[in-house]
Amino acid sequence: MSLVLIAALPFIGALFPGLMIRAGRNACAMMTGSFTLLALILLLIEAPAVLQGEVIRNQISWIPSLGLHANFFLDGLGLLFAGMILGIGLLVILYARFYLYKTDPMGQFYTYLMLFQGAMVGIVLSDNILLLLIFWELTSLSSFLLIGYWKHLPEGRQGARMALAVTGGGGLALIGGMLLLGGIVGSYDMTVILQSRDVIQASPWYLPALLLILLGCFTKSAQFPFHFWLPHAMAAPTPVSAYLHSATMVKAGLFLMARLWPVLAGTDAWFYIVGITGLITMVLGAVIALFKDDLKALLAFSTVSHLGLITMLLGFGTAEAAVVAVFHIINHATFKAALFMTAGIVDHEAHTRDIKRLGGLRHLMPITFTIATIAALSMAGIPLLNGFLSKEMMLEEAAHTDIWVGIFATLGALFSVAYSFRFIAHTFLGPKRDDYPGHPHDPGFGLWAAPAFLAVLVVIIGILPQTVVGALVAATSGAVIQAELPYYSLQLWHGVTPALFMSIIAVVGGVLVLMSFRRMEGVWNALPRPEAKTIFDWIVEGIAGASRRLTDALHDGAISRYLMIFAATAVITGVVSFMGGTHAAGTHQLLPAGPMAIIGLLLLTVASLGVVLFHRNRLLSLVIISVNGLVISLGFVYLSAPDLALTQLTVEVVTIILLLLALNFLPKETPRESTMGRKWRDGIVSVAAGIAVGGLAYALMARDLAFQSISQFHLDQSYPGGGGTNVVNVILVDFRGYDTFGEIIVLGIAALAIYALTQTLLHGRASRRLMEIGKGIKRDGDRHPLMLVVATRVMMPIAVMVGVYIFLRGHNEPGGGFVAGLVVSIALLMQYMASGFAWAQARQRADYHAIIASGVLIAAATGVGAWFADRPFLTSAFGYFQIPPMDKFELATAMAFDLGVFLAVVGSVMLALASLSRLARRAGETVNDTPMDIDPSKTTEEAR
Amino acid sequence: MELIVALAVGVLTAAAIYLILRLRTFPVVLGTAMLSYAVNIFLFATGRLAINQPAVLLTGGPYADPLPQALVLTAIVIAFGMTAVVVMLALGAYLESGTDEIDMKDETKGDRT
Repeated sequence: MSLVLIAALPFIGALFPGLMIRAGRNACAMMTGSFTLLALILLLIEAPAVLQGEVIRNQISWIPSLGLHANFFLDGLGLLFAGMILGIGLLVILYARFYLYKTDPMGQFYTYLMLFQGAMVGIVLSDNILLLLIFWELTSLSSFLLIGYWKHLPEGRQGARMALAVTGGGGLALIGGMLLLGGIVGSYDMTVILQSRDVIQASPWYLPALLLILLGCFTKSAQFPFHFWLPHAMAAPTPVSAYLHSATMVKAGLFLMARLWPVLAGTDAWFYIVGITGLITMVLGAVIALFKDDLKALLAFSTVSHLGLITMLLGFGTAEAAVVAVFHIINHATFKAALFMTAGIVDHEAHTRDIKRLGGLRHLMPITFTIATIAALSMAGIPLLNGFLSKEMMLEEAAHTDIWVGIFATLGALFSVAYSFRFIAHTFLGPKRDDYPGHPHDPGFGLWAAPAFLAVLVVIIGILPQTVVGALVAATSGAVIQAELPYYSLQLWHGVTPALFMSIIAVVGGVLVLMSFRRMEGVWNALPRPEAKTIFDWIVEGIAGASRRLTDALHDGAISRYLMIFAATAVITGVVSFMGGTHAAGTHQLLPAGPMAIIGLLLLTVASLGVVLFHRNRLLSLVIISVNGLVISLGFVYLSAPDLALTQLTVEVVTIILLLLALNFLPKETPRESTMGRKWRDGIVSVAAGIAVGGLAYALMARDLAFQSISQFHLDQSYPGGGGTNVVNVILVDFRGYDTFGEIIVLGIAALAIYALTQTLLHGRASRRLMEIGKGIKRDGDRHPLMLVVATRVMMPIAVMVGVYIFLRGHNEPGGGFVAGLVVSIALLMQYMASGFAWAQARQRADYHAIIASGVLIAAATGVGAWFADRPFLTSAFGYFQIPPMDKFELATAMAFDLGVFLAVVGSVMLALASLSRLARRAGETVNDTPMDIDPSKTTEEAR
Repeated sequence: MELIVALAVGVLTAAAIYLILRLRTFPVVLGTAMLSYAVNIFLFATGRLAINQPAVLLTGGPYADPLPQALVLTAIVIAFGMTAVVVMLALGAYLESGTDEIDMKDETKGDRT
């Protein structure tokens, strides 16, 4: 399990910096570092076995159905990268502790850094390519946060965005490539993939997979033509540059190319794409680096160049070149991280990174100068330092590959020498100046300790390569090549070889170039060069503009247009798919149509037409629409659905009252605005939809069920299982009780939403407009007529009794909580209408919110009760009881559930109406003290 | 009988969609209410039609399909909840903006019809 722990430790560590920062910056850094250190120690414990050639595996099945396993493995390649990530990570944590300014939020920084570290470790240890992809995306995201860490700097934000766009876009391509690769092999496990070289290279999908994977690797590793994001990412704090942009993240692409080298390399496509891309990147990066005045930009382009070098070596596809690539990965990580850190020190102390404003620092910063010189000489490939060794070997491989490759590689090396020397000469050498923006001096030990450690590595690897890293190079190369290692020797002196001459040419040429730097710079500056950022911004702007135009065109805020398109599309799709199939006539036995049914249909048609024709007169259309509801209720009665009929009828009443109340505050007329063309268009769409839906309904009803429905089960079990004879009610409160439970919650939420909406309307603009409207409302002189008041008072107990009756019989005969709730609501409503809302409410203490809540809670409690009997939620129980001299009667827990439904319905309906009446009060409706406007006990004179 | 129910569904759907395509909120609210009638009847009809066979276990059968009925019963109540919320939204929008048009006016490009 140690591998899982190694990958998890940085993530766990990411949780702490934000808290530990309260204990001080040292405590914060130490806490963070301890997690990295622990992971590094765990890794080193495994190291001896891995160096012996063992592969260590940890496997956890995560989502097996997707082929996603949290499998980790550690071989030589993983060991090298994990070691680099954790080792340099530790140094960077130390360095950042002293680098970050007092005003920088350090906790945040370390959290991002640890997230990144964990994601990186995850990439290099994953044995499952899907898992790898997840970590890959995580590195893009965490590096976005790190690059944009200084949020106040626009360059930081833009650089972060650019890096995310390029590497994230490449990541998408990589996902595609990896899925193709997994598809070819039939497994997403890296170990299996690595053994399937022949299958992969023979597959017709090899080339697409290769291209997509390389797109991911090239963007991540800043290869031409995607190299432009890396220099812009230099807006990040220097510890980030040292960590992400030299040692780790940009090497993720190299890692993946090395990881998949055994199965992807060796083809012509691989050789030309990878080799030539690497070569171009190497030369181009080196040339641009020479002319950069910003220390970090210089180092950024030199990194681009060295990444190109390694890519090129991998691209050669030979085992020897792969060994050199591995060796150079190690060397580059050591000297380049050290260089970034020294550049950071210079920036930190001299307050500028502009080479033109520096020079002569060797007197002021001797320690920094020493470290920087060692690292830069290594970068230039000067003997006794590790950069020399791998560069010699690289030149050797290049010379063997092709004469032109050799020439260009030498050219790249030449410029590498030139910019390395420029880094030293123009920063540290020369006369001391007196116009530095800051007061440069060597920093404290904390800041130079990390680069110094790396510089020591540079030297000892350079002198004793075989002793220090021989085993690591062998183990790593073995993992990359997955075969017998070729002959190679890590040593200083290889004898008089072509590489030696190329090296000498490079060094001498480099010095000559630097000596004529002024003249060359003039030429360089006169050359027209495409500015990558401008092109990138232009592309981004273009894409953003195009999508904005598309969005504007499609989404213009006219909802009537969307609805029209939606309706038309639905109809067309339906018709097309209907035409695409074959259809036999239905065999279902049709029912005869009686005269009542025909009259009902006629009424319905007339009413529907009436609503459409008179819809501009809103009150009239509301009255007509209620005819529809009544006809439908009758239809339900006729078609053996008494429960539906009851529900429809009561709902109809409540809905119409609600709409009437709302109409009070809305315009009473709909203006004529639709053009004739629009009416025709809408008419055609709606008639087509009507024909389609009606036809579908007919086709459905004229056919028998395609397969046995589950309805028979409900009919059979209703009485023995649910204890009720009204199957519809038993389904609602028992079989499908869970659905009903959800539904009353939805109803309660709807009522609460109405309440909340009302609450907002009682303030500000809406409230003022409401008062304005209130002034225009014509009020009847007798708003609470005597007849209505008396009639509703008389009806109230009867209506409530009917409600109770319907509730109680619901389990066995048509009725139940829904209908009973609506009936009681209507009875209450009538009181409100008769005597005014405020008057009625003053005589009724219950809070509607509480009624809704108690309804939901009672229903829930009934369901929970089943747990105590060791049954699943909402299992109902029932029994028959007899209290003499009454008849035997039934009690079922379902009845308590139905009570919950009842209360939720009453509460919701009443809350909705109460909300509307609050609006009415705001609109100026007065509260009367008496139940009716005219007190019949007084004479007319007294009343006046 | 099936034909009559199908015609009812069709008529209600056509009227509902025509209303939904109007430009003011109130007809749209009425349209959604009518559309829920149509949908409810459609769902109800999936259980096939039966006359004088309510699913109340007293007659000894045969019975109408109770399952779509149970579904439609809840659908009717939910449709009420939806209509209530939508009409309140329409009211709120009218009170806030002073207009009950459903289409947003694009301020930069002038009014649209």
